[in-house]
Amino acid sequence: MKHMLIMRTTAEAAAAAQELDFEEIINAMGAYNESLMKAGVMVGGDGLAPEAGYLVEFTADAEPIVSDGPYGEVHELFNGFWILQTSTAEEAIEWAKRCPLGPGNTLEVRRVTDESDFEAFADNEYIQKEAGRRAELGAE
Amino acid sequence: MSLDVPRAVEAVWRIEGPRIIATLTKLSGDLGLAEDVAQEAMAEALVSWAQAGVPANTGAWLTAVAKRRMIDAWRRRERLDERHRAIARELSEATEDEWRPIDDDLLRLVFTACHPALSRESQVALTLRVVGGLTTTEIARMLLVPVATVQARITRAKKTLAAAHVPFEAPDPSEWRPRRAGVFGVVYLIFTEGYAATTGERWIRPDLADEALRLGRVLIGLVPREAEAHALVALMEFQRSRFAARESATGEPVLLADQDRARWDRAQIARGREVLRAADALAAARGKERGPYALQAAIAECHGIAADVEDTDWERIVILYEALARLAPNPVVELNRAVAVSMATGPATALRIVESLAAAGELRGSPLIPSVRGELLSRLGRRSEARAEFLAAAALTPNDAQRAVLERKAAAAQTEAT
Repeated sequence: MKHMLIMRTTAEAAAAAQELDFEEIINAMGAYNESLMKAGVMVGGDGLAPEAGYLVEFTADAEPIVSDGPYGEVHELFNGFWILQTSTAEEAIEWAKRCPLGPGNTLEVRRVTDESDFEAFADNEYIQKEAGRRAELGAE
Repeated sequence: MSLDVPRAVEAVWRIEGPRIIATLTKLSGDLGLAEDVAQEAMAEALVSWAQAGVPANTGAWLTAVAKRRMIDAWRRRERLDERHRAIARELSEATEDEWRPIDDDLLRLVFTACHPALSRESQVALTLRVVGGLTTTEIARMLLVPVATVQARITRAKKTLAAAHVPFEAPDPSEWRPRRAGVFGVVYLIFTEGYAATTGERWIRPDLADEALRLGRVLIGLVPREAEAHALVALMEFQRSRFAARESATGEPVLLADQDRARWDRAQIARGREVLRAADALAAARGKERGPYALQAAIAECHGIAADVEDTDWERIVILYEALARLAPNPVVELNRAVAVSMATGPATALRIVESLAAAGELRGSPLIPSVRGELLSRLGRRSEARAEFLAAAALTPNDAQRAVLERKAAAAQTEAT
C-alpha cells in the first residue's frame, strides 16, 4: 500500500526555520530521504516552492475562477510530500515520526487509493471494457 | 489516536529488523541465534513499550535487549568462552545510543539468506524474514502456505547454514558474479510468484510483487554500482505497472495485446525508465553490454511506451531477444523471440524458429510450443494444422481456463477450415 506524507508548515514555523543553518536542514533531510531509499519504501516525493502559486476555484459558473494565492488566507502551508510504499499504515506512521521536522510542522499520513478501491464499480464502462477480454494463452 | 502497540512494534521491526539481525549476526557469527534473540527482543518490546512507552531510539533499544538475550543463550549453552565474555563486558559498558548499523553487514545478511547451500524455498522464506523484516504470519499469507510451513522452512535454513559452517561474509571477488546472480534470482523469483502466481485463487498477487520491488530497491542501496541491480528493479517496475490491466473484472488473466493500456501505471513506467537509464549508464561507464535483466527490462520498456500492439517497436524487441538468447540461451526466450518475429516480419519466419525448437525436442510436454505454432499456422491460413496444434496444446495444459480457451480456438479453426 502507498501512503502520502503531506508536509505542512505554519508561518511561525517557517520563520523559525529561517533562523536555522540551511545546510543543516539539507543534511538532515538528505539523510532521512536516503534512509527511505535504502529501506526500499520511497516511491516519490517533492518539495513545493515557497513563492505564492495560483488558485483555480470551481463554482456554479461554467468557468473556474483563477486567482493568485492562496497566501495570507491560510494558516498552514502545504510545502512538500513523500509517497511511501509500505505493508502497513503503522509503518508509514513510523517513517513519518522519523522525519527531521521542527515544532509547528505537521505530516499528514494518507493512504493512496489503488485498484482495490474500485472493485465496487465493476459495472463501470471502463472496468467493463476489460471484462469482455477473456483469458487467453500465450507468451507476453 | 493511540497506536496499537503490537502493530507499532511490527512497524519498527520492518524498518529496523534487518539491520538489527545483521548487527547481531556479525557479532555472533550465527544467523540462527541472531534471529532467535531478535524475536525475544520483539516479545519484550511488546510488554515494555505498552507500559513504559516507545523508546526514542527503537533500533538501539531492540539491539541492546537482543544482545543481552544472546549472552543469556550463550550462558545456557555453557559456551561463554573468553570471546563471548569480552563481548559481554563490552556490552555492559556500552550505551544504547552507540548502535550504528553498517550497510556492509546488511549486504552480508543478503548473501547469507540467499546462500546456495539453501533450497530455493528456504532462500525465499529466509530473505523475506530477515532482509524483508516480515513476520512468519505475513510471509505465510503472501506465499499462501501455512505458518508452520514458513517456520519449518526458516528453521531448516538456519540448520543448513550452521551445518555448512557458512561464514557471515560477502563472497570473494571470484564468486561475486554467480552469488550476485543468485541473490537477484531469489528477489525475481519472489516477484514472479506475485506476477503469475502458481498457487492460489488470484493469479496476480500485488503484495508479494511489491515486497520483491522493495527488496530490489534495498539491493540498489547496497550495491549502487551494480547495473543489474538497477535493471532488476526497472524490470519489476515495468511489469508491476501493468497489474491493474492484467486481471479482468472476473479475475481472469488478460493478455498483453488485450490489456487496457489506460490502466497501466504511468508513474511506475516513468520510474522504470529512469532506473533503466541508470542501469545503462552504469554498464556503459564500465564498458559493459546490457545484462539479462537490462535486456528484459528494455523489452518491457518497449511495451510500456507503445500506445498499442501495432505501435510497438517489434524490430527492436526482436533485436533485444536475440541479445538475450546469446547471453542466456533458453527455449522460452527463443519462443518469445519467435512471437516478436511474427509481429515484426510475419508468421512464416516465426514458424521456422518454432519448428527448429520443436525439432530439437525443446519444451516437450509443455503446451507452449503447440499453442504458439497453432497461432502462427492459423495466421498463415493453414487451418486444419492449426486445429491439431491447439488440440495438442489443450491436452498438455493442466489449467482448466487455459484448456477451455485452446479448445475454443481449435473449434474456431475447424469452422473456418470447412
